[in-house]
Amino acid sequence: MTVTVLLFASYADAVGCSTIELDLEAGATVQDVVEHVREMGDPTRLPPAPMVAVNEQYASRDRELRPGDEVALIPPVAGG
Amino acid sequence: MMMYSAIVEQPIDVPAILGRVSRSANGATVLFLGMVRDMNEGRDVTGIEYTAYRSMAERELATIVEEAAALADSGDIAAEHRLGELGVGDCSVAVAVGHPHRGRAFEAARYVIEELKQRVPIWKREHYVDGTREWVAANNAAPSALVDAGGDR
Repeated sequence: MTVTVLLFASYADAVGCSTIELDLEAGATVQDVVEHVREMGDPTRLPPAPMVAVNEQYASRDRELRPGDEVALIPPVAGG
Repeated sequence: MMMYSAIVEQPIDVPAILGRVSRSANGATVLFLGMVRDMNEGRDVTGIEYTAYRSMAERELATIVEEAAALADSGDIAAEHRLGELGVGDCSVAVAVGHPHRGRAFEAARYVIEELKQRVPIWKREHYVDGTREWVAANNAAPSALVDAGGDR
């Protein structure tokens, strides 16, 4: 199955892009996505347990993904 | 009651925000403005660039305004956050609450800005006098409790 991964701010810099299409096995979780993305970029700038949102809602790392899900890795937010 | 929230790219129109929460039943209006300041952690700042996961930021801010409205029980709430390149002295965020009584108005306004800083996916990169720029670290520790609790929200 394919999911779309969104990267922002410092995480986008660490990987060098802001959108990735990832092909995963059925039953893959948020944690699997995090591990894939860390291998693609500079792992020192991408923590092993970042905040993650699935389809625009904060999600836990063991969340199982479905085809077409939008998975966003959320750096520490700094609005205001 | 009136609830309004938006993520915008143009300068925040403060009188318009105040107008949104103005009503004859409201005996109190609280206005919070966040401004770009000229120094952070000892470094001279010339400006800030704000970016967001925009669709989620809009959703999350709307949710926070709803929560604040429930907390305030009545009254009117408006919140706007600006994105893009801002200079020193520019307004990055505005929260206005109109309420029959000041206590709830202060409480609701405080709730909106504090939750915004913890939950709304917005990031800022400061530009410094020496020409460098850096993503600013978190407003606080990552709210990991929210994730470890296992709940989507």
